[in-house]
Amino acid sequence: MTTLTDRDLEKAPIASPVTMAGALNRALADALREDSSVLVFGEDVGTLGGVFRVTDGLAATFGEQRVFDTPLAEAGIVGTAIGMAMNGLRPVVEMQFDAFAYPAFEQVTSHLAKLRNRTKGRVALPIVIRIPYGGGIGGVEHHCDSSEAYYTHTAGLRVVTPGTPADAYALLRQAIECPDPVIFLEPKRRYWSKETTTLQHTAATLDRAVVRRPGSEVTLISYGGALGTALEAADAAAEEGRSVEVIDLRSLSPFDDETVAASVRRTGRAIVVHEASRFCGYGAEVAARLSEQCFYYLEAPILRVTGFDIPYPPPNLEEHHLPSIDRILDAIDRLQWQDSSGTVKADG
Amino acid sequence: MVTLAPAAPTSTNPQRFLPTETPLALLDAGGHVVADAGLVMPSDDILLALHRKIVLGRRFDSQATALTKQGRLAVYPSARGQEAGEIGAVVALRPQDWLFPTYRDSMAVVARGVDPVEVLALLRGDWHCGYDPYGYRVAPQCTPLATNALHAVGLAHAARIKGEDTVALVMLGDGATSEGDTHEALNFAAVWKSPVVFFVQNNGYAISVPLSKQSAAPSLAHKGVGYGMPSMLIDGNDPAAVYAAVAQAVAAAAAGEGPTLIEAITYRIEAHTNADDATRYRDRGEVESWLARDPLTRLRQHLTGRGLLDEAAIAALDAEAETEAAALRQRMNVDTVQDPAELFRYVYAEQTPALGQQQQELARELAESEDQ
Ligand SMILES: Cc1ncc(C[n+]2csc(CCOP(=O)(O)OP(=O)(O)O)c2C)c(N)n1
Ligand SMILES: [Mg+2]
Repeated sequence: MTTLTDRDLEKAPIASPVTMAGALNRALADALREDSSVLVFGEDVGTLGGVFRVTDGLAATFGEQRVFDTPLAEAGIVGTAIGMAMNGLRPVVEMQFDAFAYPAFEQVTSHLAKLRNRTKGRVALPIVIRIPYGGGIGGVEHHCDSSEAYYTHTAGLRVVTPGTPADAYALLRQAIECPDPVIFLEPKRRYWSKETTTLQHTAATLDRAVVRRPGSEVTLISYGGALGTALEAADAAAEEGRSVEVIDLRSLSPFDDETVAASVRRTGRAIVVHEASRFCGYGAEVAARLSEQCFYYLEAPILRVTGFDIPYPPPNLEEHHLPSIDRILDAIDRLQWQDSSGTVKADG
Repeated sequence: MVTLAPAAPTSTNPQRFLPTETPLALLDAGGHVVADAGLVMPSDDILLALHRKIVLGRRFDSQATALTKQGRLAVYPSARGQEAGEIGAVVALRPQDWLFPTYRDSMAVVARGVDPVEVLALLRGDWHCGYDPYGYRVAPQCTPLATNALHAVGLAHAARIKGEDTVALVMLGDGATSEGDTHEALNFAAVWKSPVVFFVQNNGYAISVPLSKQSAAPSLAHKGVGYGMPSMLIDGNDPAAVYAAVAQAVAAAAAGEGPTLIEAITYRIEAHTNADDATRYRDRGEVESWLARDPLTRLRQHLTGRGLLDEAAIAALDAEAETEAAALRQRMNVDTVQDPAELFRYVYAEQTPALGQQQQELARELAESEDQ
């Protein structure tokens, strides 16, 4: 892959094509440059530049003291990051793959999430845990989990996931500056998707959802790897005469009730789209919140288009598991467009 | 490009990492000086300071146990019998160093200077940590076993990066050495040469499980060799030996020589906590045999034998300990008032709107129940 250099940076803000991996790389480089307390470490992030090359070139530029390979132990990576943050540093650590973050779960849930609260705000842990997550890349077992709900269920963590390169840059910069611990979920299947954009360190979007595509009849609520599919489905629906709004949540925790509820109140119909399994999945929380907040505005039950309640499938079968355009279109069709007399409602 | 591996080992002799075959001691159970101890005898001032803090620490500990009986503490894990470890390790730390204690180590935290009432906030049920970690350089007492070892390594590594002369000492139990985090911490610290002291108090049991079911190693100190870490096996009921070993390890860490693993052999005289029934897994005879190796008796005999301490001084110290215990009793007998709003205040740096709502829900509920 190509890594953006200082020279490229100086050329900004002319819009240029950038991949999500490139945008993340630049966010790390800019954060390392601007704040000497920022450290980047994990497995293979130094010399190799990470298995997805997100840290490419950083060790060479910033030195082994600030960008380094650790022993191979995920609890060790997160646990030592906690100690470093207690001593004033801002670690940005990488878990190599979603399912390989599980050994660190105790450190994440028992300490990372709780230390601020345990000490009544005296000990802050401004740590970012970057986790490549989700499927759609033909990865074999243990390389494709969508583990967001484990983290969103844990009070004290922020959980963020970008859907576009521009957001990847802005959200990672904000995550690094955030005084709270941030689980930063990077949708693997979007690492190489390009966008022509200027990478900007924008303010105040870390916990805000964004309307990616305006529409008036249905709201698709999605994030991360599934966002692209939701957008394509919205385009396909438009060809069939349906006006579909697509919301990119970006922040899974905290949840931006305001933006999402406002959209659903307008459209009266909502579908949550994510790769993760359905049962107790993130979409369940979204659906529950929306029915609490928008009940009188709803024309149909809130639906979910998600992965099945199965362990992540092998590569040759994963297409059946992942939310597809057709499956989203089917769900849109099931949103009770006909009233009891059988006439089609609204302009649909 | 610099490639660091694989390098053919020049020597695989592990000798420099190995502990001694028998525990190092400076004072035997009768308080007599051990010849050729392999440790540096602390100064008389240090020995007197250890004695004083052990007396005060033991009284604090028994007072805390008494407070559970009065319902003032939800639970208390006593460190009675382990005073040499609790006090010796803390006295050997310098002001700029950090202590990473466990639930067992309230006595150590008090010895570090934290207000005992602040220490007991956790066990009183008021809040999870009652003191300011930065005020004392004492991390919150840690309950998930061995997880604090990694925090100590991270803090110490950060100190090195920042050029600070800080050593982190983490306290662990024998049971905790079986946890994965202990191994990851030992390995990270050795690879990074972090200024850390791993202080394992082997008190023979993890709740009811004896050491024989915990480890097949010749000693827990032997675990250091696998990580390339110098290790020491010491008599954990000898306050002079604990102080000397920890002071030596702190000095080595501060000099850039990296971490040390210390295993201190000791015994927990009380049950695991006041809620535990130790008669289910050990007999009275075993406890008696350890009472005969009491750390305070041993130090006191040594000091009185050398004329550094007399009956009057001991009586005065006991009186001081009683006064402190009475003060603690009195302060702990006051009912505290908790503000439920605090439940929502520290979860994030800035309260989220959703937490604000939940705080209001609870406030409304409380206001309604007051009206009734
Ligand atoms: C990860 C984890 N598992 C289990 C427990 C429950 N537990 C609390 S103390 C304890 C025994 C620990 O023994 P040891 O490490 O020898 O310390 P000691 O209590 O003897 O000081 C156990 C099993 C815990 N606190 N954390
Ligand atoms: Mg034990």
